[in-house]
Amino acid sequence: MADPVAAGRAEPRGTRPRRALSRRNVMLYGVLIVVALYYLLPLYVMVVTSLKGMPEIRLGNIFSPPMEITFEPWVKAWSEACTGLNCDGLSRGFWNSVRITVPSVVLSIAIASVNGYALANWRFRGSEVFFAILIFGAFIPYQVMLYPIVIMLREIGLYGTLSGLVLVHTIFGMPILTLLFRNYFASVPEELFKAARVDGAGFWGIYFKIMLPMSLPIFVVAIILQVTGIWNDFLFGVVYTKPDTYPMTVQLNNIVNSVQGVKEYNVNMAATIITGLVPLVIYFISGKLFVRGIAAGAVKG
Amino acid sequence: MNQMTNPAATSVAVKDLRLAYGSLTILDDLSLDIGEGEFIVLLGPSGCGKSTLLNCIAGLLDITDGQIWIKGRNVTWEEPKDRGIGMVFQSYALYPQMTVRGNLAFGLKNAGLPRGEIDKRIARAAEILQIQPLLDRKPAALSGGQRQRVAIGRALVRDVDVFLFDEPLSNLDAKLRSELRVEIKRLHQQLRNTMIYVTHDQIEALTLADRIAVMRGGIIQQLADPKTIYNKPANLFVAGFIGSPAMTFLKGQIGERDGVRTFEAGGSTIALDQYRGEVPARGTAVILGVRPEHVAAGHVAAGHGAAGHGAAGHGAAGHGATGAGGAAAKVEIDEPMGSDSLLWLRFAGQALSARAPAEHGFKAGDAVSLGFDISKASLFDTETEQRL
Amino acid sequence: MASDTRPRRPFRNLSAKIASIPMIVTAVCVFLGGTLWTVVYSFTNSKLLPRLNFVGLDQYDRLWSTPRWLVSIENLAIYGVLSLIFSFVIGFLLAALLDQKIRFENTFRTIFLYPFALSFIVTGLVWQWILNPDFGVQNIVRSLGWESFTFNPLYDANLVMYGIVLAGLWQGTGLIMCLMLAGLRGIDEDIWKAARVDGIPTWKTYLYVVIPMLRPVFVTTLVIVMAGIVKLYDLVVAMTSGGPGNASEVPAKYVYEFMFRAQNLGQGFAASTMMLLTVAIIIIPWAYLEFGGRRRG
Repeated sequence: MADPVAAGRAEPRGTRPRRALSRRNVMLYGVLIVVALYYLLPLYVMVVTSLKGMPEIRLGNIFSPPMEITFEPWVKAWSEACTGLNCDGLSRGFWNSVRITVPSVVLSIAIASVNGYALANWRFRGSEVFFAILIFGAFIPYQVMLYPIVIMLREIGLYGTLSGLVLVHTIFGMPILTLLFRNYFASVPEELFKAARVDGAGFWGIYFKIMLPMSLPIFVVAIILQVTGIWNDFLFGVVYTKPDTYPMTVQLNNIVNSVQGVKEYNVNMAATIITGLVPLVIYFISGKLFVRGIAAGAVKG
Repeated sequence: MNQMTNPAATSVAVKDLRLAYGSLTILDDLSLDIGEGEFIVLLGPSGCGKSTLLNCIAGLLDITDGQIWIKGRNVTWEEPKDRGIGMVFQSYALYPQMTVRGNLAFGLKNAGLPRGEIDKRIARAAEILQIQPLLDRKPAALSGGQRQRVAIGRALVRDVDVFLFDEPLSNLDAKLRSELRVEIKRLHQQLRNTMIYVTHDQIEALTLADRIAVMRGGIIQQLADPKTIYNKPANLFVAGFIGSPAMTFLKGQIGERDGVRTFEAGGSTIALDQYRGEVPARGTAVILGVRPEHVAAGHVAAGHGAAGHGAAGHGAAGHGATGAGGAAAKVEIDEPMGSDSLLWLRFAGQALSARAPAEHGFKAGDAVSLGFDISKASLFDTETEQRL
Repeated sequence: MASDTRPRRPFRNLSAKIASIPMIVTAVCVFLGGTLWTVVYSFTNSKLLPRLNFVGLDQYDRLWSTPRWLVSIENLAIYGVLSLIFSFVIGFLLAALLDQKIRFENTFRTIFLYPFALSFIVTGLVWQWILNPDFGVQNIVRSLGWESFTFNPLYDANLVMYGIVLAGLWQGTGLIMCLMLAGLRGIDEDIWKAARVDGIPTWKTYLYVVIPMLRPVFVTTLVIVMAGIVKLYDLVVAMTSGGPGNASEVPAKYVYEFMFRAQNLGQGFAASTMMLLTVAIIIIPWAYLEFGGRRRG
């Protein structure tokens, strides 16, 4: 299994060991493959369950592939699944999540990139202090700030609205994004910034004409980070929105964990996959950039 | 209002400049007058404050105290763009997403110049620097030397009186560096602009400068023309920093023999009658600095040790050798350097280097006699480290 | 001359200051102000609405005598210790395995990390399904002939936290592997060469050379993971909703229940202040070590 190309090529010659099939390699790849299977198992179970009919689920075991593939659970999850009295499926949550995620991502990145740029290149008295508070804010348990924000949102009339949640995501995205952009802009050679100043460009001129065009990768990293983070959020959604503006995660939890009715496990799993699909697609497309994002975004916890 | 010594002849004047971050002082009470069209080099080891000084002049750093005048105008608190300067950086600092033309035009566009004027200036700069074929390329497609040319061009199009260079050649390989060095000198002769040039490379300093300011610890140690800096270093630091291979220093004290002041160290004596400067009183502890090319090593002749023949025909030492009378040393290491050799000697218990012709014929362990050209040596006070 | 005098401070860098207003408002009003607000109101007897009616430490007294809170703390400790130990050990081992210049490294890394892209809700629901006693692992093992096999953590008050740890590890270990791998890649190749020349076996090199060198990576990862552990909420909600009974209650959930369900704000504020204190105990020594020594000027 391990390294078939090298194995086919390596003629045993003299005392030279056949490296490709050495005990070490068998062990190494063996362990890795077993662990990989373990990691893939839940995904497999999710997909398999979502493609089975309920009778088959009641009979068989969750690991066996479906005898008869049906997409009905997916359809049902998307357009018929019930939360409380609403029975219009996950689609409502999906579109809510889209309407939350898109403006949150745009707004938070726009603000944080300018903040990071100001902190990296235009330091002023006190800027580092504010930044330090911001970074500590990333570690403060959200629970501490939940209620004050309820009051603030209520004061400005945004409590329970999608705009309110967008604002909350912008606020809580700020520490990590500002850190990300600050570190990136600080890594841009300072001489470039100096040259632009000698050339007479000001704060916005340097930002838009020099910095922005050369930092596309970090913007992609930030977008990945924010889309996955905001899409996956549950706590803010449940606290700051009402049932008809619930994001997808909250709705999913309500569908699956509702106590009324018969449990339709295939529909539940279909709904779960659909909810996880957006971040998964982003993850598999973005590859290395995602890794870069989490290394920075890990602070988010 | 503070009057300058001679505002008309001064292009850039730095007055009592102080730069400090909290208790950390980077530049301390530094003053420097630079004449119209002068090429001045700020030279020193890294961390000596030379680049910081340049950034202060450019207006890229807010100073703590003092004033900066350019062309008779107090620009201490003006923006870099309004100071009438152009600047060239070590890392070229070209805007990566713009073409060469875009790089040259950026500052002019920001200044709101009309299209025609911009094109005219770019054409002129491109011609001077011979970068016309590169105008539509991106910086990534250029070699290091080409990039630095473009960076110089960016300063050139600004049509300013003062050019600031911040280690412009340090990122280039040795061959390109010497080529561009010549080019910068040619540029200066052609344009006659004031140029302030920061480097840690003494060759660049000695070849380019009208005057060199040697800096250490935020203080100008010596400000003089290259010859003076080389021959009459103001203190131990300047003496050690300038010259390659470096000057060697011998510790000893002033003695006297036959009415002539001598330098005594570990039982050896060197007569100081040829010394150009004041020799202090007998018994004073001093440091004698001699450059390798002013030390000649000769074979020990029978009886009277005499330098001046044999292998020691190098440089001025041949005729000026005055150290006869016990200046005996031992060869420790021989470093052939192609055109000549550097001999590392043990003299009076101290390390000393001497230049010798390539075919000097000495081996490690050989005893040699030394001749010193004292007229080109320097005596330093042990305490103050200043030249005597 | 106009430029003779130093320009007034507030007007220098004006654009940068204006552009930083969102950051300053967030930092000061929300993070600092919001935190202080909650701490202050945790000393009041606010019920449905916040009221400045101070009652001293009453809320804290009540908090620490509520069994539900004590269970929360105990659960968080179990979850924290287990997931720290296992995620570090597994994460490091996986990183070390991936660092052996293997083929398909990217494939393996992608597989180990993908759960991290999923939300805790999705993670919790999948594992709830896998651990379902009637259809999941327990059922399968029984159907293989081992009739008495029991593995039903989510419905067993004594085991429920272990079930949650299982899901949490699946979701989060990839992250630790990634951070460790980045750390391992940061180690100079020459260290390995030197160790090989000296004839030190690989495992010894890891133990005595590499791991000590990775200390900063470990510390940073530890802080990140611990700060995350304190926030544990979604996963519990999705997997068990705190059940059976209150057996898988955690502090974050306790806070939510009291603030938004039980309408006992003061109690919620006190509990969240305790969470803040926990994080502070973790963060402050680290921040001091990490940044305190480097302060300049």
